[in-house]
Amino acid sequence: MIPSAFDYVRAGTVDEAVAALVAGGEDAKVLGGGQSLIPVLRLRLNNPSLIVDVSTVDEMRSIVDEGSSLLIGAAVTTDAVMKDAGVQADIPLLAITAATVADRAIRHRGTFGGSCAHADPAGDLPTVAQALDAEFVIAGPGGRRTVAAKDFFLDFFTTAVGPDEVLVAVRVPKLGAGWGVNYQKFQRTAQAWAIVGVAAAVKTEGGTITGARIALTNMGATPIRASSVEAALIGGPATIEAIKAASASAADGTKPTSDTHATADFRSHLARVHTARAVAKAAGI
Amino acid sequence: MMHISATVNGTHRMGEVEPRLLLVHWLRENLGLVGTPIGCDTSNCGACTVLLDGQSVKSCNMLAVQADGSNITTIQGLGPEGEMGTIQKAFKECHGLQCGYCTPGMVTAAADLLAENPDPTEEEIREGLHGNLCRCTGYHNIVKSVQLAAAEMRGAK
Ligand SMILES: Cc1cc2nc3c(=O)[nH]c(=O)nc-3n(C[C@H](O)[C@H](O)[C@H](O)COP(=O)(O)OP(=O)(O)OC[C@H]3O[C@@H](n4cnc5c(N)ncnc54)[C@H](O)[C@@H]3O)c2cc1C
Ligand code: FES
Ligand code: FES
Repeated sequence: MIPSAFDYVRAGTVDEAVAALVAGGEDAKVLGGGQSLIPVLRLRLNNPSLIVDVSTVDEMRSIVDEGSSLLIGAAVTTDAVMKDAGVQADIPLLAITAATVADRAIRHRGTFGGSCAHADPAGDLPTVAQALDAEFVIAGPGGRRTVAAKDFFLDFFTTAVGPDEVLVAVRVPKLGAGWGVNYQKFQRTAQAWAIVGVAAAVKTEGGTITGARIALTNMGATPIRASSVEAALIGGPATIEAIKAASASAADGTKPTSDTHATADFRSHLARVHTARAVAKAAGI
Repeated sequence: MMHISATVNGTHRMGEVEPRLLLVHWLRENLGLVGTPIGCDTSNCGACTVLLDGQSVKSCNMLAVQADGSNITTIQGLGPEGEMGTIQKAFKECHGLQCGYCTPGMVTAAADLLAENPDPTEEEIREGLHGNLCRCTGYHNIVKSVQLAAAEMRGAK
Protein backbone atom coordinates (compact mmCIF):
# COMPACT_ATOMS: atom_id res chain seq x y z
CA MET A 1 0.00 0.00 0.00
CA ILE A 2 0.97 3.64 -0.33
CA PRO A 3 1.41 5.37 3.04
CA SER A 4 -0.98 8.15 4.08
CA ALA A 5 0.23 11.66 3.33
CA PHE A 6 2.64 13.29 5.78
CA ASP A 7 5.04 16.21 5.95
CA TYR A 8 8.76 15.48 6.00
CA VAL A 9 11.66 17.26 7.69
CA ARG A 10 15.25 16.17 7.27
CA ALA A 11 16.89 17.27 10.52
CA GLY A 12 20.43 18.63 10.32
CA THR A 13 21.08 18.52 14.06
CA VAL A 14 19.60 16.92 17.17
CA ASP A 15 18.21 20.30 18.26
CA GLU A 16 16.49 20.75 14.91
CA ALA A 17 14.94 17.30 15.23
CA VAL A 18 13.62 18.02 18.73
CA ALA A 19 12.25 21.41 17.64
CA ALA A 20 10.47 19.78 14.70
CA LEU A 21 8.97 17.10 16.98
CA VAL A 22 7.74 19.72 19.45
CA ALA A 23 6.21 21.78 16.62
CA GLY A 24 4.69 18.66 15.07
CA GLY A 25 2.85 17.64 18.23
CA GLU A 26 1.59 14.18 19.03
CA ASP A 27 1.40 12.92 15.47
CA ALA A 28 5.06 13.54 14.69
CA LYS A 29 7.34 10.54 14.36
CA VAL A 30 11.10 10.09 14.16
CA LEU A 31 12.46 8.26 11.12
CA GLY A 32 15.75 6.42 11.62
CA GLY A 33 16.66 3.79 9.06
CA GLY A 34 12.99 3.30 8.25
CA GLN A 35 13.32 -0.48 8.15
CA SER A 36 10.56 -0.93 10.71
CA LEU A 37 8.72 2.37 10.36
CA ILE A 38 8.24 2.32 6.59
CA PRO A 39 6.61 -1.15 6.60
CA VAL A 40 4.33 0.19 9.37
CA LEU A 41 3.45 3.22 7.22
CA ARG A 42 2.87 1.04 4.15
CA LEU A 43 0.50 -1.18 6.08
CA ARG A 44 -1.09 2.01 7.46
CA LEU A 45 -0.75 0.72 11.01
CA ASN A 46 0.35 4.22 11.95
CA ASN A 47 -0.41 7.46 10.10
CA PRO A 48 1.86 10.22 11.42
CA SER A 49 1.27 13.74 10.12
CA LEU A 50 4.97 14.62 10.29
CA ILE A 51 8.10 12.52 9.77
CA VAL A 52 11.35 13.88 11.24
CA ASP A 53 14.28 12.15 9.54
CA VAL A 54 17.32 11.87 11.83
CA SER A 55 19.23 9.43 9.65
CA THR A 56 21.56 12.12 8.33
CA VAL A 57 22.32 13.93 11.61
CA ASP A 58 26.15 13.86 11.76
CA GLU A 59 26.38 13.67 15.54
CA MET A 60 24.22 10.55 15.50
CA ARG A 61 26.26 8.79 12.83
CA SER A 62 29.60 8.42 14.61
CA ILE A 63 31.14 5.96 17.04
CA VAL A 64 33.28 7.58 19.75
CA ASP A 65 35.75 5.64 21.90
CA GLU A 66 35.32 6.94 25.45
CA GLY A 67 37.94 4.68 27.00
CA SER A 68 35.87 2.24 29.00
CA SER A 69 32.91 2.42 26.62
CA LEU A 70 31.91 3.15 23.03
CA LEU A 71 29.35 5.88 22.41
CA ILE A 72 27.49 4.63 19.35
CA GLY A 73 25.37 7.18 17.52
CA ALA A 74 21.73 6.14 17.24
CA ALA A 75 21.80 6.56 13.46
CA VAL A 76 24.83 4.32 12.90
CA THR A 77 23.57 1.53 10.67
CA THR A 78 23.49 -2.09 11.77
CA ASP A 79 25.93 -2.83 8.94
CA ALA A 80 28.36 -0.16 10.16
CA VAL A 81 28.08 -1.43 13.74
CA MET A 82 28.97 -5.00 12.77
CA LYS A 83 31.90 -3.88 10.61
CA ASP A 84 33.34 -1.24 12.96
CA ALA A 85 36.83 -2.27 14.10
CA GLY A 86 36.30 -0.81 17.58
CA VAL A 87 33.00 -2.64 18.07
CA GLN A 88 34.55 -5.88 16.82
CA ALA A 89 37.51 -5.53 19.18
CA ASP A 90 35.85 -4.16 22.30
CA ILE A 91 32.17 -5.16 22.10
CA PRO A 92 32.24 -8.33 20.01
CA LEU A 93 28.84 -9.43 21.37
CA LEU A 94 27.29 -6.46 19.58
CA ALA A 95 29.19 -7.13 16.33
CA ILE A 96 28.23 -10.81 16.12
CA THR A 97 24.62 -10.14 17.06
CA ALA A 98 24.26 -7.31 14.54
CA ALA A 99 25.38 -9.76 11.86
CA THR A 100 22.29 -11.90 12.59
CA VAL A 101 19.83 -9.01 12.09
CA ALA A 102 17.65 -9.28 8.97
CA ASP A 103 19.63 -9.23 5.71
CA ARG A 104 22.34 -7.14 4.04
CA ALA A 105 19.96 -4.63 2.48
CA ILE A 106 18.02 -4.06 5.71
CA ARG A 107 21.28 -3.76 7.67
CA HIS A 108 22.53 -1.13 5.22
CA ARG A 109 19.66 1.17 6.26
CA GLY A 110 18.42 0.02 9.68
CA THR A 111 20.10 1.65 12.67
CA PHE A 112 21.22 0.53 16.13
CA GLY A 113 19.29 3.36 17.76
CA GLY A 114 16.19 2.71 15.66
CA SER A 115 16.22 -0.92 16.64
CA CYS A 116 16.40 0.00 20.35
CA ALA A 117 13.79 2.77 20.04
CA HIS A 118 11.49 0.43 18.12
CA ALA A 119 11.83 -2.12 20.95
CA ASP A 120 10.33 -5.08 19.16
CA PRO A 121 10.42 -7.91 21.72
CA ALA A 122 11.98 -10.07 18.98
CA GLY A 123 14.68 -7.47 18.20
CA ASP A 124 18.23 -8.72 18.66
CA LEU A 125 20.17 -5.54 19.43
CA PRO A 126 18.07 -4.45 22.46
CA THR A 127 19.03 -7.77 24.07
CA VAL A 128 22.72 -6.95 23.73
CA ALA A 129 22.12 -3.49 25.20
CA GLN A 130 20.36 -5.14 28.15
CA ALA A 131 23.08 -7.79 28.63
CA LEU A 132 25.87 -5.23 28.64
CA ASP A 133 24.12 -2.58 30.79
CA ALA A 134 24.18 0.02 28.02
CA GLU A 135 23.08 3.61 28.62
CA PHE A 136 20.79 5.59 26.36
CA VAL A 137 21.37 9.28 25.69
CA ILE A 138 18.02 10.93 24.99
CA ALA A 139 17.48 14.56 23.89
CA GLY A 140 14.22 16.42 24.40
CA PRO A 141 12.90 19.96 24.79
CA GLY A 142 14.30 20.06 28.35
CA GLY A 143 17.81 19.01 27.35
CA ARG A 144 19.57 15.67 27.51
CA ARG A 145 19.29 12.78 29.94
CA THR A 146 20.80 9.35 30.25
CA VAL A 147 18.72 6.26 30.96
CA ALA A 148 20.10 2.85 31.96
CA ALA A 149 19.06 -0.14 29.84
CA LYS A 150 17.09 -1.65 32.73
CA ASP A 151 14.92 1.50 32.80
CA PHE A 152 14.83 2.04 29.02
CA PHE A 153 12.76 -0.89 27.74
CA LEU A 154 9.30 -0.46 29.27
CA ASP A 155 6.90 -2.67 27.33
CA PHE A 156 6.14 -4.07 23.86
CA PHE A 157 7.37 -1.40 21.42
CA THR A 158 7.63 1.09 24.31
CA THR A 159 10.76 2.75 25.66
CA ALA A 160 11.73 5.69 27.84
CA VAL A 161 11.97 7.87 24.69
CA GLY A 162 9.05 10.32 24.81
CA PRO A 163 7.10 11.49 21.74
CA ASP A 164 9.03 14.77 21.57
CA GLU A 165 12.41 13.15 22.22
CA VAL A 166 15.20 11.71 20.10
CA LEU A 167 17.50 8.85 21.02
CA VAL A 168 20.90 10.37 20.26
CA ALA A 169 23.36 7.61 21.14
CA VAL A 170 23.86 4.39 23.05
CA ARG A 171 26.83 4.06 25.40
CA VAL A 172 27.97 0.45 25.52
CA PRO A 173 30.59 -0.49 28.14
CA LYS A 174 33.57 -2.55 26.98
CA LEU A 175 33.93 -5.91 28.68
CA GLY A 176 37.71 -6.01 28.83
CA ALA A 177 39.98 -9.03 28.68
CA GLY A 178 38.98 -12.60 29.49
CA TRP A 179 35.39 -12.46 28.27
CA GLY A 180 33.94 -14.74 25.61
CA VAL A 181 30.65 -13.99 23.87
CA ASN A 182 27.93 -15.72 21.90
CA TYR A 183 24.46 -15.04 20.50
CA GLN A 184 22.06 -17.90 19.85
CA LYS A 185 19.10 -17.12 17.63
CA PHE A 186 16.40 -19.70 17.09
CA GLN A 187 14.50 -18.83 13.91
CA ARG A 188 12.00 -20.56 11.71
CA THR A 189 13.63 -19.50 8.42
CA ALA A 190 16.88 -17.79 7.49
CA GLN A 191 15.72 -14.17 7.42
CA ALA A 192 13.11 -14.42 10.18
CA TRP A 193 13.07 -12.71 13.55
CA ALA A 194 14.12 -14.66 16.65
CA ILE A 195 11.55 -16.98 18.15
CA VAL A 196 13.92 -16.91 21.10
CA GLY A 197 17.40 -15.43 21.30
CA VAL A 198 20.10 -15.56 23.97
CA ALA A 199 23.02 -13.14 24.31
CA ALA A 200 25.80 -14.33 26.59
CA ALA A 201 29.09 -12.88 27.77
CA VAL A 202 31.11 -15.09 30.08
CA LYS A 203 34.44 -14.56 31.84
CA THR A 204 36.46 -17.59 32.82
CA GLU A 205 39.63 -17.71 34.90
CA GLY A 206 41.47 -21.00 35.40
CA GLY A 207 38.40 -23.12 34.67
CA THR A 208 36.08 -21.09 36.91
CA ILE A 209 33.37 -18.75 35.67
CA THR A 210 34.00 -15.35 37.26
CA GLY A 211 31.59 -13.20 35.27
CA ALA A 212 28.35 -13.78 33.36
CA ARG A 213 25.90 -11.53 31.57
CA ILE A 214 22.97 -13.16 29.89
CA ALA A 215 19.91 -11.60 28.30
CA LEU A 216 16.98 -13.14 26.46
CA THR A 217 15.21 -12.05 23.27
CA ASN A 218 11.44 -12.53 22.88
CA MET A 219 10.86 -14.07 26.31
CA GLY A 220 8.58 -11.23 27.36
CA ALA A 221 7.61 -7.69 26.44
CA THR A 222 11.20 -6.46 26.81
CA PRO A 223 14.68 -8.02 26.70
CA ILE A 224 15.15 -9.81 30.02
CA ARG A 225 18.31 -10.48 32.03
CA ALA A 226 18.57 -14.10 33.13
CA SER A 227 19.86 -13.01 36.54
CA SER A 228 19.35 -16.35 38.26
CA VAL A 229 21.45 -18.09 35.61
CA GLU A 230 24.15 -15.45 36.00
CA ALA A 231 24.18 -15.96 39.77
CA ALA A 232 24.25 -19.74 39.46
CA LEU A 233 27.16 -19.66 37.00
CA ILE A 234 29.46 -17.26 38.84
CA GLY A 235 31.95 -19.06 41.04
CA GLY A 236 31.14 -22.42 39.45
CA PRO A 237 33.24 -24.51 37.10
CA ALA A 238 33.18 -23.87 33.36
CA THR A 239 31.89 -27.34 32.54
CA ILE A 240 28.96 -28.46 30.40
CA GLU A 241 27.27 -30.06 33.43
CA ALA A 242 27.48 -26.91 35.56
CA ILE A 243 26.34 -24.72 32.66
CA LYS A 244 23.35 -26.97 31.93
CA ALA A 245 22.37 -27.01 35.59
CA ALA A 246 22.59 -23.21 35.84
CA SER A 247 20.65 -22.74 32.58
CA ALA A 248 17.68 -24.73 33.94
CA SER A 249 16.43 -21.49 35.52
CA ALA A 250 16.73 -19.43 32.29
CA ALA A 251 12.97 -19.09 31.84
CA ASP A 252 12.28 -18.23 35.49
CA GLY A 253 10.54 -14.89 35.84
CA THR A 254 9.98 -14.52 32.09
CA LYS A 255 6.61 -13.97 30.39
CA PRO A 256 6.87 -15.43 26.89
CA THR A 257 3.88 -15.14 24.58
CA SER A 258 2.23 -17.94 22.62
CA ASP A 259 1.80 -17.22 18.92
CA THR A 260 1.75 -19.03 15.57
CA HIS A 261 5.51 -19.67 15.80
CA ALA A 262 5.75 -21.14 19.30
CA THR A 263 3.83 -21.69 22.49
CA ALA A 264 5.01 -20.08 25.71
CA ASP A 265 6.09 -23.50 27.00
CA PHE A 266 8.15 -24.17 23.90
CA ARG A 267 9.75 -20.72 24.23
CA SER A 268 10.68 -21.53 27.83
CA HIS A 269 12.25 -24.77 26.68
CA LEU A 270 14.16 -22.94 23.95
CA ALA A 271 15.40 -20.36 26.45
CA ARG A 272 16.88 -23.08 28.67
CA VAL A 273 18.49 -25.00 25.82
CA HIS A 274 19.87 -21.95 24.04
CA THR A 275 21.13 -20.34 27.22
CA ALA A 276 23.20 -23.46 27.88
CA ARG A 277 24.49 -23.38 24.29
CA ALA A 278 25.28 -19.66 24.34
CA VAL A 279 27.08 -19.85 27.69
CA ALA A 280 29.07 -22.95 26.69
CA LYS A 281 30.16 -21.34 23.42
CA ALA A 282 30.98 -18.06 25.17
CA ALA A 283 33.07 -20.01 27.67
CA GLY A 284 34.86 -21.70 24.80
CA ILE A 285 33.51 -25.22 25.38
CA MET B 1 5.75 18.47 -2.80
CA MET B 2 9.50 18.33 -2.39
CA HIS B 3 12.26 18.68 -4.94
CA ILE B 4 14.71 15.80 -5.21
CA SER B 5 17.59 15.01 -7.51
CA ALA B 6 19.73 11.92 -7.81
CA THR B 7 22.05 10.21 -10.24
CA VAL B 8 20.16 7.18 -11.51
CA ASN B 9 22.01 4.67 -13.70
CA GLY B 10 24.57 7.35 -14.49
CA THR B 11 22.04 10.00 -15.50
CA HIS B 12 21.10 13.04 -13.46
CA ARG B 13 17.39 12.90 -12.67
CA MET B 14 15.15 15.20 -10.67
CA GLY B 15 11.55 15.65 -9.80
CA GLU B 16 8.88 16.98 -7.46
CA VAL B 17 7.62 14.26 -5.14
CA GLU B 18 5.24 13.82 -2.25
CA PRO B 19 7.16 12.84 0.92
CA ARG B 20 5.18 9.60 1.11
CA LEU B 21 6.33 8.45 -2.34
CA LEU B 22 8.43 5.30 -1.97
CA LEU B 23 11.74 5.19 -3.81
CA VAL B 24 10.56 2.19 -5.85
CA HIS B 25 7.52 4.14 -7.04
CA TRP B 26 9.70 7.09 -8.06
CA LEU B 27 11.92 4.75 -10.07
CA ARG B 28 9.07 2.87 -11.70
CA GLU B 29 6.36 5.43 -12.17
CA ASN B 30 8.15 8.76 -12.43
CA LEU B 31 11.35 7.62 -14.14
CA GLY B 32 9.89 4.65 -16.04
CA LEU B 33 12.55 2.24 -14.71
CA VAL B 34 10.18 -0.69 -14.53
CA GLY B 35 12.99 -3.25 -14.42
CA THR B 36 12.74 -2.95 -10.64
CA PRO B 37 9.60 -4.82 -9.54
CA ILE B 38 7.59 -4.78 -6.32
CA GLY B 39 6.98 -8.21 -4.85
CA CYS B 40 5.57 -7.60 -1.39
CA ASP B 41 4.15 -5.11 1.06
CA THR B 42 6.30 -6.14 4.01
CA SER B 43 9.88 -5.42 2.90
CA ASN B 44 10.65 -9.12 2.96
CA CYS B 45 11.08 -10.28 -0.62
CA GLY B 46 13.96 -8.15 -1.94
CA ALA B 47 12.60 -8.01 -5.51
CA CYS B 48 12.92 -4.22 -5.39
CA THR B 49 16.62 -4.20 -4.40
CA VAL B 50 18.73 -1.40 -5.91
CA LEU B 51 22.18 -0.04 -5.11
CA LEU B 52 22.18 3.24 -3.22
CA ASP B 53 25.65 4.80 -3.12
CA GLY B 54 26.98 1.33 -3.90
CA GLN B 55 25.10 -0.56 -1.18
CA SER B 56 22.03 -2.76 -1.60
CA VAL B 57 18.77 -1.36 -0.24
CA LYS B 58 15.17 -2.40 -0.62
CA SER B 59 13.74 0.48 -2.62
CA CYS B 60 10.23 -0.22 -1.31
CA ASN B 61 11.55 0.46 2.18
CA MET B 62 12.82 3.99 1.60
CA LEU B 63 11.16 7.27 0.82
CA ALA B 64 12.14 8.91 -2.45
CA VAL B 65 12.95 12.09 -0.50
CA GLN B 66 15.56 10.11 1.45
CA ALA B 67 17.36 9.30 -1.78
CA ASP B 68 17.85 13.00 -2.56
CA GLY B 69 21.47 13.59 -3.54
CA SER B 70 22.34 9.91 -3.85
CA ASN B 71 23.70 7.71 -6.59
CA ILE B 72 21.32 4.90 -7.53
CA THR B 73 21.93 1.87 -9.72
CA THR B 74 18.98 -0.30 -10.71
CA ILE B 75 19.02 -3.58 -12.62
CA GLN B 76 18.82 -1.47 -15.78
CA GLY B 77 22.13 0.20 -15.00
CA LEU B 78 24.19 -2.84 -14.08
CA GLY B 79 25.46 -3.62 -17.58
CA PRO B 80 26.68 -1.43 -20.42
CA GLU B 81 23.83 0.45 -22.14
CA GLY B 82 21.44 -2.05 -23.71
CA GLU B 83 23.55 -5.08 -22.76
CA MET B 84 23.67 -7.53 -19.91
CA GLY B 85 26.35 -7.28 -17.25
CA THR B 86 28.47 -10.19 -16.04
CA ILE B 87 26.06 -11.24 -13.29
CA GLN B 88 23.04 -11.10 -15.60
CA LYS B 89 24.86 -13.23 -18.18
CA ALA B 90 25.76 -15.76 -15.48
CA PHE B 91 22.11 -16.02 -14.41
CA LYS B 92 21.18 -16.69 -18.04
CA GLU B 93 23.97 -19.23 -18.47
CA CYS B 94 23.18 -21.15 -15.25
CA HIS B 95 19.38 -20.93 -15.52
CA GLY B 96 19.34 -18.86 -12.34
CA LEU B 97 15.76 -17.84 -13.02
CA GLN B 98 12.41 -19.26 -14.01
CA CYS B 99 9.59 -16.70 -13.85
CA GLY B 100 12.19 -13.95 -13.41
CA TYR B 101 10.27 -11.90 -10.89
CA CYS B 102 12.93 -12.10 -8.19
CA THR B 103 15.81 -11.77 -10.67
CA PRO B 104 16.39 -8.00 -10.71
CA GLY B 105 16.66 -8.06 -6.92
CA MET B 106 18.81 -11.21 -6.89
CA VAL B 107 21.24 -9.81 -9.44
CA THR B 108 21.49 -6.46 -7.68
CA ALA B 109 21.94 -8.09 -4.28
CA ALA B 110 24.61 -10.33 -5.82
CA ALA B 111 26.40 -7.26 -7.18
CA ASP B 112 26.43 -5.82 -3.66
CA LEU B 113 27.72 -9.07 -2.17
CA LEU B 114 30.46 -9.58 -4.78
CA ALA B 115 31.67 -6.01 -4.40
CA GLU B 116 32.43 -6.80 -0.76
CA ASN B 117 33.40 -10.44 -1.14
CA PRO B 118 34.72 -11.33 -4.62
CA ASP B 119 35.16 -15.01 -3.78
CA PRO B 120 32.26 -16.10 -1.55
CA THR B 121 31.67 -19.68 -0.43
CA GLU B 122 28.30 -21.29 -1.16
CA GLU B 123 27.37 -20.63 2.46
CA GLU B 124 28.32 -16.96 2.13
CA ILE B 125 26.26 -16.63 -1.06
CA ARG B 126 23.20 -18.17 0.60
CA GLU B 127 23.68 -15.97 3.67
CA GLY B 128 24.36 -12.89 1.53
CA LEU B 129 21.19 -13.36 -0.53
CA HIS B 130 18.81 -14.48 2.19
CA GLY B 131 16.95 -11.19 2.05
CA ASN B 132 15.85 -12.11 -1.48
CA LEU B 133 13.10 -14.65 -1.90
CA CYS B 134 12.63 -16.84 -4.96
CA ARG B 135 9.49 -18.94 -5.29
CA CYS B 136 10.61 -20.84 -8.40
CA THR B 137 14.19 -22.00 -8.55
CA GLY B 138 14.85 -23.50 -5.12
CA TYR B 139 17.94 -21.24 -5.09
CA HIS B 140 20.30 -23.93 -6.34
CA ASN B 141 20.89 -22.36 -9.74
CA ILE B 142 20.97 -18.90 -8.25
CA VAL B 143 23.94 -19.96 -6.13
CA LYS B 144 25.59 -21.45 -9.22
CA SER B 145 24.97 -18.23 -11.15
CA VAL B 146 26.61 -16.14 -8.47
CA GLN B 147 29.57 -18.54 -8.30
CA LEU B 148 30.03 -18.26 -12.08
CA ALA B 149 29.70 -14.48 -12.00
CA ALA B 150 32.23 -14.30 -9.17
CA ALA B 151 34.70 -16.43 -11.11
CA GLU B 152 34.27 -14.33 -14.25
CA MET B 153 34.63 -11.10 -12.35
CA ARG B 154 37.82 -12.35 -10.72
CA GLY B 155 39.10 -13.20 -14.15
CA ALA B 156 39.67 -16.78 -12.99
CA LYS B 157 37.79 -18.19 -15.94
C1 LIG C 1 12.38 -8.07 6.50
C2 LIG C 1 12.90 -7.55 7.81
C3 LIG C 1 13.57 -8.40 8.68
C4 LIG C 1 14.04 -7.93 9.90
N1 LIG C 1 14.70 -8.80 10.73
C5 LIG C 1 15.16 -8.37 11.91
C6 LIG C 1 15.84 -9.25 12.80
O1 LIG C 1 16.05 -10.42 12.52
N2 LIG C 1 16.25 -8.76 14.01
C7 LIG C 1 16.06 -7.46 14.36
O2 LIG C 1 16.48 -7.08 15.45
N3 LIG C 1 15.45 -6.59 13.53
C8 LIG C 1 15.00 -7.02 12.33
N4 LIG C 1 14.37 -6.12 11.49
C9 LIG C 1 14.17 -4.73 11.93
C10 LIG C 1 15.37 -3.87 11.61
O3 LIG C 1 16.45 -4.23 12.45
C11 LIG C 1 15.06 -2.38 11.81
O4 LIG C 1 16.12 -1.72 11.22
C12 LIG C 1 14.94 -1.89 13.23
O5 LIG C 1 13.96 -2.58 13.96
C13 LIG C 1 14.52 -0.43 13.26
O6 LIG C 1 15.57 0.41 13.01
P1 LIG C 1 15.44 1.61 11.98
O7 LIG C 1 16.64 2.45 12.13
O8 LIG C 1 15.15 1.08 10.66
O9 LIG C 1 14.21 2.40 12.61
P2 LIG C 1 12.91 3.04 11.96
O10 LIG C 1 12.18 2.05 11.17
O11 LIG C 1 13.27 4.31 11.30
O12 LIG C 1 12.11 3.39 13.28
C14 LIG C 1 11.55 2.39 14.12
C15 LIG C 1 10.90 3.08 15.33
O13 LIG C 1 11.90 3.68 16.15
C16 LIG C 1 11.72 5.09 16.20
N5 LIG C 1 13.08 5.68 16.08
C17 LIG C 1 14.02 5.36 15.16
N6 LIG C 1 15.16 6.03 15.40
C18 LIG C 1 14.92 6.81 16.49
C19 LIG C 1 15.72 7.75 17.25
N7 LIG C 1 17.00 7.99 16.94
N8 LIG C 1 15.14 8.36 18.29
C20 LIG C 1 13.83 8.11 18.64
N9 LIG C 1 13.05 7.24 17.98
C21 LIG C 1 13.58 6.60 16.93
C22 LIG C 1 10.79 5.45 15.06
O14 LIG C 1 10.01 6.58 15.36
C23 LIG C 1 9.94 4.20 14.94
O15 LIG C 1 8.92 4.22 15.89
C24 LIG C 1 13.87 -6.57 10.26
C25 LIG C 1 13.20 -5.70 9.39
C26 LIG C 1 12.71 -6.17 8.18
C27 LIG C 1 11.99 -5.24 7.27
S1 FES D 1 9.01 -5.26 -2.75
FE1 FES D 1 10.63 -4.50 -1.59
S2 FES D 1 11.13 -6.13 -0.32
FE2 FES D 1 9.39 -6.89 -1.38
S1 FES E 1 12.49 -17.05 -10.67
FE1 FES E 1 10.41 -16.89 -10.05
S2 FES E 1 10.60 -15.98 -8.11
FE2 FES E 1 12.63 -16.40 -8.60
